[in-house]
Amino acid sequence: MNIIVAIKLVPDLVEELSIDADGTALDTTWMRLIINEFDDHAIEQGILLKESNGGQVTVIAPDAEGIDDMLFTAAAKGVDRVIKLTGNFGTTTNNHALGRALAAVIDTMQPDIVLTGVQAHNDLDGPTGPLLAEFIKRPYVGYVAGVKVDGGKAQIRKEYPGGLVADMEVTLPAVLGIQAAEKPPRYVPISKVRQAMKTTTIEEQEIQELTPEGGPTISRMFQPEAAERATMIEGSEDEIASRIVAILKEQGVF
Amino acid sequence: MANSKITQDIEMSKSFFQSLFEVSEGERIKNCIQCASCSGVCPFGHLMVFPPGNMIAHLRADMFNKLLATDTIWLCISCYACTQICPQKIPITAGLMTRTKEELVLAGNVPSELQQAFENSQRYGNVMGQSPRKRGEWAEGIEPKIPLMINKKSAEVLWFVGDYPSYHPRVASTSRSFAKLLSVLGIDYGILGPEEVSDGDSQRLAGEKGLFEMLADKNGKAFAKYEFSKIITTDPHSYNALKNVYPELGISYPVQHYSQFLSERIDQLKPLIKQELKARITYHDPCYLGRVNNVYEEPRNLLTLIPGVELVEMVHNHGSSLCCGGGGGGMWLDGFQWEKAHARTSEWRINEALQVEADVLAIACPYEAPRFEDAAKMNPKAAKLVVKDILELLAEAL
Repeated sequence: MNIIVAIKLVPDLVEELSIDADGTALDTTWMRLIINEFDDHAIEQGILLKESNGGQVTVIAPDAEGIDDMLFTAAAKGVDRVIKLTGNFGTTTNNHALGRALAAVIDTMQPDIVLTGVQAHNDLDGPTGPLLAEFIKRPYVGYVAGVKVDGGKAQIRKEYPGGLVADMEVTLPAVLGIQAAEKPPRYVPISKVRQAMKTTTIEEQEIQELTPEGGPTISRMFQPEAAERATMIEGSEDEIASRIVAILKEQGVF
Repeated sequence: MANSKITQDIEMSKSFFQSLFEVSEGERIKNCIQCASCSGVCPFGHLMVFPPGNMIAHLRADMFNKLLATDTIWLCISCYACTQICPQKIPITAGLMTRTKEELVLAGNVPSELQQAFENSQRYGNVMGQSPRKRGEWAEGIEPKIPLMINKKSAEVLWFVGDYPSYHPRVASTSRSFAKLLSVLGIDYGILGPEEVSDGDSQRLAGEKGLFEMLADKNGKAFAKYEFSKIITTDPHSYNALKNVYPELGISYPVQHYSQFLSERIDQLKPLIKQELKARITYHDPCYLGRVNNVYEEPRNLLTLIPGVELVEMVHNHGSSLCCGGGGGGMWLDGFQWEKAHARTSEWRINEALQVEADVLAIACPYEAPRFEDAAKMNPKAAKLVVKDILELLAEAL
């Protein structure tokens, strides 16, 4: 089975984000990038499928600072092939452009199944998965939390809000937006990552031109405004409880 | 006996056994007399599918592979109680237990809490996953200012602060106390701030040797940029790494735990410690200060400097001290251990402090304040028991 996992790096929220002088992009001075958490699950699901069904897992990612380490880590986990898309991806997220770039490469690889993280916190124009599916004219299922492949079909467990789940069947090749892998992403010890650095070749594919059509144009970014709406209620326990009940009634909660 | 043949993996067991000889004094494992003292003294031995003595028996029977299919080895908190009691002086903790955890890590058999700590250490240089840029934030606002080595370039002593003393709000109080003491003693010192990363010792003892080496390498490069005559630390785990393991990687500096450093200055300190503290204090020997590195009297000498203090010993003291539960990855396995054991060594320890009617449980390791304070909250009888680092007690007595 030819399993392709399309991933991207996103700003690491451990460092506080700030907006650059132009006001239209994030300031990259202190920004660090980290793998999109859902993409990490997509890689794990890809490796689990390889372990259950055989085949080859390829991870494809656009170039970014730290991408090589991330790809070596994926290789150490059991990914067979790692591809880095090179070119100017700009400072603004444009998943339409990224989706087209991924589609151009993935379409020629004749995938049986394509996995992506269901979403990323820096998606401005929708997640990558459905866009990619549209560009390669394949079906898409999102919020996937379980995949079994049998022949040319995949049995999918899809999650809905409120704890509802649906089991459905999709004809392959298809694109899946992974919400959660069937097992948590595995740990790979540093010694194995170091080994992978010596034995893995990162293939580079240059993207000549990005087509941003359909993506966002950012005119200005804003920091969240701090609101001062919290009220500290003073008094005895009974007084505080009575006041809370009164406030809930005022707000029409009951 | 067909069954036992199926469960044997001779090649694997033999190569694992051989690998234990690479640890200092490792060949002593050949002399195991199967007395099971190690399994008996282990705080969690009764819950392990394969306690240490039983592990050795399985190794000898070429059935070590059976262990790797289990996970109760993660109950080991690397407290060195087994190593200390072994009549054959087998390095059980450094060899058998740590090497087994390394095999589990390589096989991907890592509890998720521990995995998070490993990943954080790798990415951010600290187990909590905090911003590396904020490593020196605990020192902000303190007067006189805590000097950074990047500005000073040279100092008499380099203070290796460590993860918990830098980031943990409760433990940072200990760091501020130490800064106060260094200041009144007029010590010429500096810290690395954001240039420092986790010492890596507990990650090493939890089986992630490669991660330990990566962290040690980063710290070694930071040390090499500056001039200083010795390293001091408030963390017995940092102390252990710097004293006993970093030298194997070519990173070799004289190092002292704060209790040793301050004890050398006890004559200078004595007239400064003026405030009386009328309290029964009992001292918890941290595993990596006491059992592992034989530092027992210096912390007690510092406590008795404080006027009014009555020092009492718990039933487990000095070499038989009971681990707080945080070593060897235990800091990041609380959920796992609770699930397996429904018991916490920290709660047993609180009971011991109550038995001797202590007012204060004095500590000397950054893992202990959060662990013992949490444990005390579980025990209504411990409502008045105060958990404080020796540094806090000294700084308050100035």
